[in-house]
Amino acid sequence: MQNYNIMELMICVAARELGNGRTAGIGTGAPCAAALQAQKTLAPHLVIMFESGGVDPILPELPISVGDSRTFHRAVMAGSMFEIMQTCSRGMVDYAILGGAQIDMYGNINSTMLGKDYLKPAVRLPGSGGSNDFASLCWRTIIMSVQEKKRLVSKLDFITAPGWLEGGDSRAQSGLPLDTGPYRVITNMAVMDFEPESKWMRVISINPGYTFDDIQSNCEFELLKAPRIFTTKPPTAMELRILRDEIDPNRQIIGR
Amino acid sequence: MIADKAVQNLGPLFTNPDPDEARKYFHSKSRTKAGKLMSLKQAIELFVHDGDYLALGGFGTNRTPVAACQEIVRQGRKNMGFAGHTSTHDFQILAAGEVFDRVDIAYIIGLETRGMSPCARAYMESGRVKICEWSNFSLAARFKAAAMGIPFLPTRNMLGTDTFRYSAGKIMTCPFTEKTLALQPALYPDVSVIHVHEADIHGNCRIQGILISDDDLARASKKLIITTERLIHNDEIRSDPAKTVIPYYLVDAVCEVPYGAYPTGMPYEYYSDEKHLKEWLMVQKDLTAFTSFMKHNIHDCPDHAAYIERNGGIDRIKELRAKELMLHKEENHAEL
Repeated sequence: MQNYNIMELMICVAARELGNGRTAGIGTGAPCAAALQAQKTLAPHLVIMFESGGVDPILPELPISVGDSRTFHRAVMAGSMFEIMQTCSRGMVDYAILGGAQIDMYGNINSTMLGKDYLKPAVRLPGSGGSNDFASLCWRTIIMSVQEKKRLVSKLDFITAPGWLEGGDSRAQSGLPLDTGPYRVITNMAVMDFEPESKWMRVISINPGYTFDDIQSNCEFELLKAPRIFTTKPPTAMELRILRDEIDPNRQIIGR
Repeated sequence: MIADKAVQNLGPLFTNPDPDEARKYFHSKSRTKAGKLMSLKQAIELFVHDGDYLALGGFGTNRTPVAACQEIVRQGRKNMGFAGHTSTHDFQILAAGEVFDRVDIAYIIGLETRGMSPCARAYMESGRVKICEWSNFSLAARFKAAAMGIPFLPTRNMLGTDTFRYSAGKIMTCPFTEKTLALQPALYPDVSVIHVHEADIHGNCRIQGILISDDDLARASKKLIITTERLIHNDEIRSDPAKTVIPYYLVDAVCEVPYGAYPTGMPYEYYSDEKHLKEWLMVQKDLTAFTSFMKHNIHDCPDHAAYIERNGGIDRIKELRAKELMLHKEENHAEL
């Protein structure tokens, strides 16, 4: 019997991917919780950057808005959007943590519109915000998503932020900075990476309680399998205590 | 230009990036240190016209010039262009007033983690608004290019995506390195409004906390209206000139509007009013309720002070100030 919910699992697993002493461009919500969780566990010197200008804040609580005053509370700098983005462009930001309405097998992300006709969208969504910028310019993009067929799709209605584009070397060919791109996809059921040649999504670790068939049947495209597939370590009692008591005591995110 | 890959993107360019056209305008702009104090009503009447292209300072629900947005809606401006650069509550108020008919989009409709605005979404899905896609960095770069007086800035974002395809950006091959670059055309808004912490009567401004893109936006804008939490004396500006982020010669009007960002947050002053923003999103589910909300909070209010008065007044501001300064973390303060 598992003693954690989907959000708690995804946040704890994402947090473990963030290296100590690295820099991460993040937004609000689950990515922010994951970065804080990393800071309080394995990566105390992870530097958080918000696109609105905050660098290395000591967050007193989860921010509601990407630019609210918590995002530069006791920070080392309250800068500007241009400053953060040029830092990404210069190659000094290691991780972007992103989500989206749709994700395809190459880790491309849609947060712009749903439907077949751009000019007559079935649903208009907010658009790129900073996600295209982070996905273009940070070294490693980590994507967090619930594993559902309508989210993990064969063809995006709109490519808002770049993953490996059409796979192979298409990303490098496009002119995006070399050696950048999607690194992990973290869902409630599994952890995925991208097969090095084709850049097609593949399962590297399965979360407790799920099988490969569960994962595949909640994904529209065919998933590859890594040569060796691990079982994801479930959140520890310590991780859950930190997340529930210190990071999100009001259950703003883990209560969703 | 060298070896253009001749990618013809599909988005319309709503503004002219020609630096000499812009220089012609800036040449004619007054440099006198006149007093520019006026009411917000006057400033919007004088400087914001039907058809103009409008941009606003702030980010998300932070330091957003809400008082100005409401005044623009009250005065019934139409057919405007708008820079949806991290726009949230500002976008939604203007959408409710159907103020704009063309938008450069980086982030629209949403109120970040709080959800999306049904009214703004319906307006965008109505087919009545011309759109062009960008990203936050692209719009920031477009303001930077305009501030520099150059026609574009090359960047390395957007490439390979539909965001780029539906933008009005272009591609070029770098003449030095042969890298492929995305070109972000300069964006010179006809008029902008920026809400600041402190300004003198000439328009020298101080902002505390993150600048977002407002330093560049102030320089890119042909006309600039400042709303300020407080007026300060020119002597104070001169006592610490390093704090000035917007110099007076960029500014056309200075309006003293305390709590001018309410219900969005103002760093070190007051936090966003989450209760009010939630009500704003909820009430949009019912058209009659929304119409009466708009009437009560915007059309029937003579000014921003009246709007705040109708939503809890100074007592509510005190609570939001306590929340901003996290006084409630020190002791058991008012219910927040």
